[in-house]
Amino acid sequence: MAIKTIREVINETLAQEMRRDPRVIVLGEDVTGGRGGSSGVDEAAGGVFGLTAGLAAEFGHKRVIDTPITESAIIGAAGGAALTGMRPVAELMFIDFVGVCLDQIMNQIAKFRYMFGGKATTPVTIRTMMGAGMGAGPQHSSAIYPMLTSIPGLKVVLPATAYDAKGLLATAIRDDDPVIFCEHKALYTESGEVPDEEYTIPFGEARIAHEGEHITVVAFSRMAVFATQVARKLAKEGISVEVIDPRTSSPLDEGAIFDSVEKTGRLVVVDEANPMCSMASEVASLVACEAFECLRAPIAKVTAPHTPVPAHLELEQEYVPSPARIESAIRRVLDADAAPVAASG
Amino acid sequence: MATIDTATLREAYWRMRAIREFEERMRREFEAGTVPGFIHLYCGQEAVAVGACMHLRDTDYIGSTHRGHGHCIAKGCDIGDMLLEIYCKDGGLCNGKGGSMHIADMAKGMLGANAIVGAAPPIAVGAALSAWSQGTDGVALAFIGDGASNQGTVFEAMNLASVLKLPMIFMYENNGYAEFTGVSYHCGGGDIAGRAAGFGMPATKVDGTDFYAVYDAMGKAVERARAGEGPSAIEAVAMRWYGHFQGDPQAYRSKEELAQVRRDGDPLIKFREQVLADRTLDADTLDGIDAEIRTLIDKHVERAKAAPNPPKEALYSDVYVNY
Repeated sequence: MAIKTIREVINETLAQEMRRDPRVIVLGEDVTGGRGGSSGVDEAAGGVFGLTAGLAAEFGHKRVIDTPITESAIIGAAGGAALTGMRPVAELMFIDFVGVCLDQIMNQIAKFRYMFGGKATTPVTIRTMMGAGMGAGPQHSSAIYPMLTSIPGLKVVLPATAYDAKGLLATAIRDDDPVIFCEHKALYTESGEVPDEEYTIPFGEARIAHEGEHITVVAFSRMAVFATQVARKLAKEGISVEVIDPRTSSPLDEGAIFDSVEKTGRLVVVDEANPMCSMASEVASLVACEAFECLRAPIAKVTAPHTPVPAHLELEQEYVPSPARIESAIRRVLDADAAPVAASG
Repeated sequence: MATIDTATLREAYWRMRAIREFEERMRREFEAGTVPGFIHLYCGQEAVAVGACMHLRDTDYIGSTHRGHGHCIAKGCDIGDMLLEIYCKDGGLCNGKGGSMHIADMAKGMLGANAIVGAAPPIAVGAALSAWSQGTDGVALAFIGDGASNQGTVFEAMNLASVLKLPMIFMYENNGYAEFTGVSYHCGGGDIAGRAAGFGMPATKVDGTDFYAVYDAMGKAVERARAGEGPSAIEAVAMRWYGHFQGDPQAYRSKEELAQVRRDGDPLIKFREQVLADRTLDADTLDGIDAEIRTLIDKHVERAKAAPNPPKEALYSDVYVNY
């Protein structure tokens, strides 16, 4: 099987879905790039990070649509096209730009199906880049996906591997509800084995990123990658960490989390979002409310602080939950438990 | 065209040269890998920022864009403190927490560069509202790229300014491209200034590489604003010399266009030719400014590179509560 990066598989999946279904269109800023430019180059960019490269050449400009910088119109138009038979994939360059078009997301596309009495479908996929790690400053680096997760009607997808990115994007595009597909910009070069043929991964089914017995770590997006690194490291010490990557924050695979915590009795939740009303809070509350009897130690949360993302690279690094902080939270939870690790397995 | 006194011309040249030297140095430093994050260079558009800001006082306000270095210098921000910010160092204008796309200086009426396209005009309208409500003769100006000219926020800001007759100037900077997309593609109707006119305000289109043209148009707009007659718009056309961000390969632009822009659209050369022809400034004065600026930028870049990082605790400050 070929090794592909997340960047490559997103491009490949968009092309496959567009071939498969003529209703799939792509729209956004510079998804082709260079329209109206002096060079006459037909595709000058293919997306600001090249994710939509080659699509315009294959599918033409009625299906790969360069828009002005006009986020409310992009998302609103995607919603309107979806109501009338298309399956738009709208690109919102950075998730921070949700601020510009939140009405179209939360009051319009998220609500159509419900408020129209189930008589409308809104098959919009919003692909958006999120996360810190590039020194891009406070308005290009946030991970506000929990805010979107809180909105009924939206599905929120957080791929952490290349394999998942392909299957989840295909599911998103074929889904009849609006989906926010959050691409972590620090994960674009993550690679793994990915089949050439198309496949889907159902929403609401977690991936067990690392199997373990002593402690459960629920981690989203890039944090699942960090947590897996920590689990591999601690395995050498005999500490057996189970890493759950929910893959979608809405719908959330509660069952996988309960099953794991039932086995381990200990929970750490890792989230790059700010701590208040985060997925870390949500998962901690879920387990505290519904599976309290399983817990042998207090739950630990590892999150970004309650601040915007600073521009300074070292401060940004301090902002992002690190493998070291995840490891220390794991050790803290294990230490808080009177029963030794060896006896708990 | 109004006559401009020598001191104003000298200062205008100083600021334009400072912007050019600053940006060219940032370009080289970015290529050498010393500058963190993204930078968006202002070369080619110097006369727009300076032609506009020469009419403004520290008590007037501007709202800026992601391409904000030139606006900051034109509005009088300290160049050394700007460089500290771009290098994200302690003591930078935003203490290293904003970086290039967020430089702000409240003491100078600079309400922030902005990484959200089209976000500044409503904020600048708020500053104009503040002056209007308090009865000062202060004015506010928003710089708006051709790309931003399509954002709903810009239309809403214009309408509000028009309805309230606010002391506001909408300074469109048409630099030919919204990121990688040409204005002929992205701007419906193609007449940016005409859109502002639709809100009932005077709107003129000028050559943004001609300091005198911008200065003249801005003079009228500021006079109108200070007199309480309401907002104006100016569309200044000045192509950018470099990419959307530094490192952008600019496949969308032809070599011919890039060469032509430099050949015909260098605001500093135009200014120099004009003042020498008019005998308002002499070559020695201009050359002296060039040398002064080179030394100044050099000194401040070295200082910024050597400056200490913000302390780790800075991550947790400037929020009202921590969790």
